[in-house]
Amino acid sequence: MSPKALDHDSINENVKRAQYAVRGELYLRASELQKEGKKIIFTNVGNPQALGQRPLTFPRQVIALCQAPFLLDDPNVGLIFPADAIARAKHYLSLTSGAGLGAYSDSRGIPGVRKEVAEFIQRRDGYPTDPELIYLTDGASKGILVPVPQYPLYSAAISLYGGSFVPYYLEETANWGLDINNLRQSVAQARSKGITARAMVIINPGNPTGQCLSEANLKEIIRFCHQENLVLLGDEVYQQNIYQDERPFLSSRKVLMDMGQPISKELQLISFHTVSKGYWGECGQRGGYFEMTNIPPETVDEIYKVASISLSPNIAGQIFVGLMVSPPRPGDISYEGFVRESKGILESLRRRAQLMTDGFNSCRNVVCNFTEGAMYSFPQIRLPPKAIEAAKRAGKVPDVFYCLKLLEATGISTVPGSGFGQKEGVFHMRTTILPAEEEMPEIMGSFKKFNDEFMEQYDDHRGYSRM
Amino acid sequence: MRVEISKSDSHVLKCEYAVRGEIVTLAQQLQQELLAKPGSHPFDEILYCNIGNPQSLAQQPITFFREVLALCDHPAILDRSETQGLFSADAIERAWQILDQIPGRATGAYSHSQGVKGLRDTIAAGIEARDGYPADPDDIFLTDGASPAVHMMMQLLIRSEKDGILCPIPQYPLYSASIALHGGTLVPYYLDEAAGWGLEPSELKKQLEAAKAKGISVRALVVINPGNPTGQVLSEDNQRDIVEFCKKEGLVLLADEVYQENVYVPDKKFHSFKEISRSMGFGEKDISLVSFQSVSKGYYGECGKRGGYMEVTGFSPEIREQIYKVASVNLCSNISGQILASLVMNPPKVGDESYESYSAEKDGILSSLARRAKTLEDALNSLEGVTCNKAEGAMYLFPCLHLPKKAIKAAEAAKTAPDAFYARRLLDATGIVVVPGSGFGQVHGTWHFRCTILPQEDKIPAVVSRLTEFHKGFMDEFRD
Repeated sequence: MSPKALDHDSINENVKRAQYAVRGELYLRASELQKEGKKIIFTNVGNPQALGQRPLTFPRQVIALCQAPFLLDDPNVGLIFPADAIARAKHYLSLTSGAGLGAYSDSRGIPGVRKEVAEFIQRRDGYPTDPELIYLTDGASKGILVPVPQYPLYSAAISLYGGSFVPYYLEETANWGLDINNLRQSVAQARSKGITARAMVIINPGNPTGQCLSEANLKEIIRFCHQENLVLLGDEVYQQNIYQDERPFLSSRKVLMDMGQPISKELQLISFHTVSKGYWGECGQRGGYFEMTNIPPETVDEIYKVASISLSPNIAGQIFVGLMVSPPRPGDISYEGFVRESKGILESLRRRAQLMTDGFNSCRNVVCNFTEGAMYSFPQIRLPPKAIEAAKRAGKVPDVFYCLKLLEATGISTVPGSGFGQKEGVFHMRTTILPAEEEMPEIMGSFKKFNDEFMEQYDDHRGYSRM
Repeated sequence: MRVEISKSDSHVLKCEYAVRGEIVTLAQQLQQELLAKPGSHPFDEILYCNIGNPQSLAQQPITFFREVLALCDHPAILDRSETQGLFSADAIERAWQILDQIPGRATGAYSHSQGVKGLRDTIAAGIEARDGYPADPDDIFLTDGASPAVHMMMQLLIRSEKDGILCPIPQYPLYSASIALHGGTLVPYYLDEAAGWGLEPSELKKQLEAAKAKGISVRALVVINPGNPTGQVLSEDNQRDIVEFCKKEGLVLLADEVYQENVYVPDKKFHSFKEISRSMGFGEKDISLVSFQSVSKGYYGECGKRGGYMEVTGFSPEIREQIYKVASVNLCSNISGQILASLVMNPPKVGDESYESYSAEKDGILSSLARRAKTLEDALNSLEGVTCNKAEGAMYLFPCLHLPKKAIKAAEAAKTAPDAFYARRLLDATGIVVVPGSGFGQVHGTWHFRCTILPQEDKIPAVVSRLTEFHKGFMDEFRD
């Protein structure tokens, strides 16, 4: 047999090291069980439409017409498509210079759509922005400061590209808030190991933690990045998903601009958004954008160059971005229906966030911060020492052990907290708030039964010391 | 102090992609100038012959495919009776079939990271029908076009600059860019222009040995068939030589087959490397093979949809897991593109309601491409000092410019490569945008440019006359 060029010893080490828990061990086990016929409730990934959330009607009407422009010539098209969807489809097709969905666009995205994104940002923040610094993407690195817990795309991507993941810990007891001292400590520790932090990621609202950063926190972060010469990467993909009124979404850009010069002209910021989350939930379209602030022109050129190797993001996804930033307006035929659908989704998410938080908090040895935003609940599971020992014997990380048992007993597929990072000896589980509202009581009931039985089995009945 | 990309450590700085490089930026500027001030240049419009982007030059999409995609985008209308009047019955049926393969009919949800299982089943069946050898749906990874799949493989294969990837010269610069981005070394093997861009097995061996002598560990071999930019369709003998070579030397064979539907000569036929390997009796234990396909080319030309796949065979389960892991970080490719890939690999068949119109559209596009290829090839060969190999397949012509010494000196004085100098002059005089050969690699001291065969058929005479006139003027200026 001839020598194999690609085997265990010769595969890129960075690939071997990279981990992506969202589709890792738990997900694979859940898929196996599903194949065997077991009913699985997938709450492992923020994938709303897989759990019954309906797509918004208006955008799908527009895209269908863009997909099949010959429909626009058919006299009967008005029978199944409203006039404003027809007009909007014509608008986007004209932005593609007639080439429609089938031609590569500019690598940075269709200029007309980038302009719509710029207009959206201006309306949202009250500050003008340049469409030239907005790049549309196909769905949404040395030392990168990343919050712990974090969405493991960051650790995986850093791993894959051979960078260094520099964690900074969020404070669970302070509702997953950010303590600037933790940040300073992380940078100093990294420096002592010879790692220079180059960038910092904030996920706002947070994933998996759900917290919405306060204006004061955002200002601290911005000042910190400015002092330490870090590029601030603002993952703001959940900006539509806000479930409390005390801390509405504030974009990093708005806060930066509010702080005035010199910092507003010096701090380097890249902000990310997507059509996959919010009340849109269009994960499968792979549409998104990033916006650059104060990034040096030579760097922008390099980013453009890398973008051009991939030719262009998919056109339909770009149009979804356009539709997201310029939805139907009052007076449009589709406006009322659109508002009804989107409000319906958001209000239901708010109710589910509360339901899940309360449900987890009613369970033995489970403490759960309220989901202020995003799409997840991240309860802390206080595993008794006997459970931790049992996990060790089974060769599993304790929260993986717990989540696998949960899966086998109830069909609920979650992501163990170790996939996101957590303080030593503290365990969590991430679930989404996305299962249908009607199914929530049963799911929470099922979880409570499993958890309380598990704790009964492994608790040492001597009281559990508070962490 | 600002954070800058450090020149000493950036792979990004090293990578280049000429297809959208300097000449194109200049062309876009000229286009703006024409819009602002009509008549400011000796031509009315810019003719983009730099990029394989058919639908930007008025090629129409295949109706049946778009019908199915529209219905999958907006399944709510499938229940309406009016829909029957707007869409063909078999498109409606196919949309139902596809939606039934997607859990919850949710085309807005992330799918399995390899792509929707039912769509992979369809593609595997299509591969089997094409090759006569079985294909496993679990070997298929659906991606946003073929390019992300290429990047994935480079990521897996390249550990450092000591890892080399054999690439044809000339090559499609995705490969050189990807190898640079991932920190590896491109090991060139030269295609033989005098032999219709054919491949000599001894050349492969020679380059492999030279690389080894420099301490480079060669991991894989890239083959583009039909070729880009060179347009040749490899002979079966050549293909067998390549398979033998990879098997013997333990190289992963990376087969870029995105132009498999673009063959314009009756004496050549596309054979996949999988078919060739299996016909030689080589199975999973004998050769590691990755085949890339895309929805961007062929007769469908759906570049903007970003659909494609790689079929991965001959790897250990452990490596397969790692490939899956890399795919999963991106969650999944866009669903609409996945659906289109399944349509491309399983189009309407004889007897289907849409078959006749589908067939007419397909044949119309392919025969037009063949005519344009021939017309442009003949035109280029009629130019003084220009020789052009036949475009047997793909979408490009890659003529050789035998430039006079005076022209080469003028280019040197302008601090430009001679082919870039020629391309720039061509753009300024005619508005025609081509890509200088140096963007693809060429034998040292030879000059080429790549021109697509994609301008609309009724614009081809204008392209030919403008090009001919320009070239005559250029030679008059620089003839020795």
